[in-house]
Amino acid sequence: MGSIYPGATGDWELVVGLEVHAQVTSKSKLFSGAGTDFGADPNTQVSLVDAAMPGMLPVINAFCIEQAVRTGLGLKARINKVSVFARKNYFYADLPQGYQISQYDQPIVGEGEVILDMKDGSTRQIGIERLHLEQDAGKSLHDQHVSKSFIDLNRAGVALMEIVSKPDLRSPEEAAAYVTKLRSILRYLGSCDGNMAEGSMRCDVNVSVRKAGEPYRTRAEIKNVNSIRFMQQAIDYEARRQIDLYEDGGTVVQETRLFDAGKGETRSMRSKEMAHDYRYFPDPDLLPLVLSDSEIAAIKATLPELPDEKKERFIRDYLLSPYDAGVLVADQASAHFFETVAKGRDPKLASNWVTGDFFGALNRLGRGIEDSPVSAQDLGALIDLIGDGTLSGRLAKEVFELMVETGKAPAAIVLERGLRQVTDSGAIESAIDAVLAANPDKVAEFKGGKDKLFGFFVGQVMKATGGKANPALVNDVLKSKLQ
Amino acid sequence: MSALTQLTIAEARDRLRRRQIGAVELTEAHLRAMESARALNAFVTETPELALTRARAADHLLGRGEGGPLAGIPLGIKDLFCTEGVRTTAGSKILGNFVPPYESTVSAKLREAGAVMLGKTSLDEFAMGSSNMTAASGPVISPWRRRSNANVALVPGGSSGGSAAAVAARLAMGATGTDTGGSIRQPAAFCGIVGLKPTYGRCSRWGIVAFASSLDQAGPMTRTVQDAALLLTAMAGFDAKDSTSADLPVPDFAAALTGDIRGLKIGIPKEYRADGLSDEIARLWDDGKAMLQAAGAQPVEISLPHTSYALPTYYIVAPAECSSNLARYDGVRYGLRVEGKTLDQLYAKTRALGFGTEVRRRILIGTYVLSAGYYDAYYTKAQKVRALIAEDFRRAFETVDVILTPTAPTPAFALDEGEIDPLTMWLNDVFTVPASLAGLPGISLPTGLSADSLPLGLQLLGRPFDEETLLRVAGVLEKSADFKALPSGVEI
Repeated sequence: MGSIYPGATGDWELVVGLEVHAQVTSKSKLFSGAGTDFGADPNTQVSLVDAAMPGMLPVINAFCIEQAVRTGLGLKARINKVSVFARKNYFYADLPQGYQISQYDQPIVGEGEVILDMKDGSTRQIGIERLHLEQDAGKSLHDQHVSKSFIDLNRAGVALMEIVSKPDLRSPEEAAAYVTKLRSILRYLGSCDGNMAEGSMRCDVNVSVRKAGEPYRTRAEIKNVNSIRFMQQAIDYEARRQIDLYEDGGTVVQETRLFDAGKGETRSMRSKEMAHDYRYFPDPDLLPLVLSDSEIAAIKATLPELPDEKKERFIRDYLLSPYDAGVLVADQASAHFFETVAKGRDPKLASNWVTGDFFGALNRLGRGIEDSPVSAQDLGALIDLIGDGTLSGRLAKEVFELMVETGKAPAAIVLERGLRQVTDSGAIESAIDAVLAANPDKVAEFKGGKDKLFGFFVGQVMKATGGKANPALVNDVLKSKLQ
Repeated sequence: MSALTQLTIAEARDRLRRRQIGAVELTEAHLRAMESARALNAFVTETPELALTRARAADHLLGRGEGGPLAGIPLGIKDLFCTEGVRTTAGSKILGNFVPPYESTVSAKLREAGAVMLGKTSLDEFAMGSSNMTAASGPVISPWRRRSNANVALVPGGSSGGSAAAVAARLAMGATGTDTGGSIRQPAAFCGIVGLKPTYGRCSRWGIVAFASSLDQAGPMTRTVQDAALLLTAMAGFDAKDSTSADLPVPDFAAALTGDIRGLKIGIPKEYRADGLSDEIARLWDDGKAMLQAAGAQPVEISLPHTSYALPTYYIVAPAECSSNLARYDGVRYGLRVEGKTLDQLYAKTRALGFGTEVRRRILIGTYVLSAGYYDAYYTKAQKVRALIAEDFRRAFETVDVILTPTAPTPAFALDEGEIDPLTMWLNDVFTVPASLAGLPGISLPTGLSADSLPLGLQLLGRPFDEETLLRVAGVLEKSADFKALPSGVEI
């Protein structure tokens, strides 16, 4: 659903396009052999090429190319068999070459698509305009010295994929869903870890507004938004700013803006007139990048099952709701966890446990599946204990909490704590007899028509058995005894 | 003048192997010659201690019957090749204090082959020039003098002017050069030596300070064609560190000098007989053609219709690439830094002081032709014309085996012939630039003297990666021309 912003002059529609910079997961940089570890000491991952020493030349890292092609295929995009690296020229202290090697008019990946799964269960198809490879710049540190700036070149030359969407997004929520889905796909592919906090995924957001049916109006670009929440705030703020401008008789200028997370607003960074002339031209140090059909096919053969296909399969094979399937396939580990739990068991039950108690526990603990205290095998075993009548639903929840606390297998917990439900009808019968004998007045009232007291008897029996009595059995025996 | 400095590389190699001479002795003779010829200003940096260390190592190996193909051969290395632990200035103030921690692939190959580096030879700043007058260390003086007035100092040509002067003056047995638009061939012609620009991609560019990446190519400068072949064999080869280097085997180029060119077709491009070609140069060219014909080759008139567009094309492409390649000299990480209050001031002051006039001129032109709104009119158009020029040659080489042209339109000019305007200076490259744009191999060798007794060169151009045929024809032309003239002060 698109956001509609009511204004004095009528309703406004939001138009958003995203440029996502995703750091390619690779051991070495795009054009040099230097490492890419996050958090290394400043200037310890810098080769002669990265520092732009005289006479140094870039050499394409084939693995980064493979990652870009893999990503393109994951986005169902056209892979360009010939692409060209170009120089984007500008001066900055953390840009050692005085140019960034990027791709300009001939990117490695062309048009593709991303399917968004919205909260209401609907889907939206968002177009991908292109994906290109480029080098990251270094980092300027302005807070280390009173009068000097320090430069850390560790990031200089790290491979980035710039993934440009078409202006197909119509609300902050869609933009959020897009980034979430894109990140999910990248993680499935293993081509980017999607870690926004560490800067391995960053967004530039293009925002404009228009009246229904109009062509696109002038857009503003908001640079370097580093969380999904901030992105939504920035879009919302920017949309309202532009609407206010138009409604006050003003115009929106094409410019680059920065989002101030503290103030929750965007502010102008530079206008179009001040924009750099990057003087792009093909990098003469690098030949055009040519990919063969067989190379592309070989990469395609290694693609994993991606979220959309997995979701479809979950709906088809496990008969899950689109929503549940969507939640489970959001990342590979959850989907795998679910499939392990569901194997040979009721998938609906498995899905309820995984998306309910299990995800709840992980959230509470702030942990991921990889360091979950409860294994998929153990959660499966717990479901089995419900199935064979060993545990009631209530007991199972109790056992699960103990599994979360202790990391032990459910059978061991049942044994240790004697939580096995009582299914011995003799034992239940004697417990019921004792309860009825102790409450003759209540029995009389019940028989006099006060049906509600049935629950009281059940409660007393469960209390007497320490909660271990099989509730169904208690019900049956009580009913017959009270007739 | 020591007899040792008169030897060719091939002769010295044989004597060194037979232990008739020692590498240290040979190196010392050249170091002495360098010392006595300092007035030429051919070297930016002399490395006598390093040279003697390497010479001793060569003697040690030669004594055991070992050592590489160039063991003990003293060479000059153009100061555009980064040399480990030895200052590398690129002829510029901006790199005046730069000592690379690495060795260029080509100079490393020469070192591995046993060659002894005598020092770093002078060049036009960042290899931009045809006179060696733009060098930060001052102009190089050619060892040649006019017969009419021996007091006039002449330029050695450029940009590899220091290498050319050093080889001609017998200060080095050979030297490395780089050629972007003629920077090996033109100074070779001015100094009466042999200069070979290999096919683009034949020698690795790794570690050579870049001027125009799509054109730059390293090559040998020597006194004989055979020596050029020997050096090229050691310098050439695929390098994974240079994406534009060609993954082809390196032939034994000297073995190509069979002396037999019978049946080969020699292309004579009519467009090179342009207006204003002096009678002297025209005669030199005709003589060369006649010599090759006498040796059994067949001259064929050919047409290279886009020749006249080569110079303007070159002066768009090369500055465009240089404007980007030289952006890294910003005062931030190495080389000259002039402090400023802001980052932009630091850039402006460093680059204003660090770069000379010609380099600044080309950076400005390059920045202009790549700018939004001008890119298509200049850069894109130039690339299209470049393709047409390459196509001219491709067609020509369907019928001919090599092409013969003059190397330069004039003999060496005087250092103080007044302020020479940039355009006149650039015209020096008119015969060398087309092959550069097409990436083709070319060789210049001395075949005659001007009326004023200055050396004149002819240029042979070959098919891509067919340096062998080029060398074969050059060997025959060298023998026929029998160029024996010596620069002043050099006696045998």
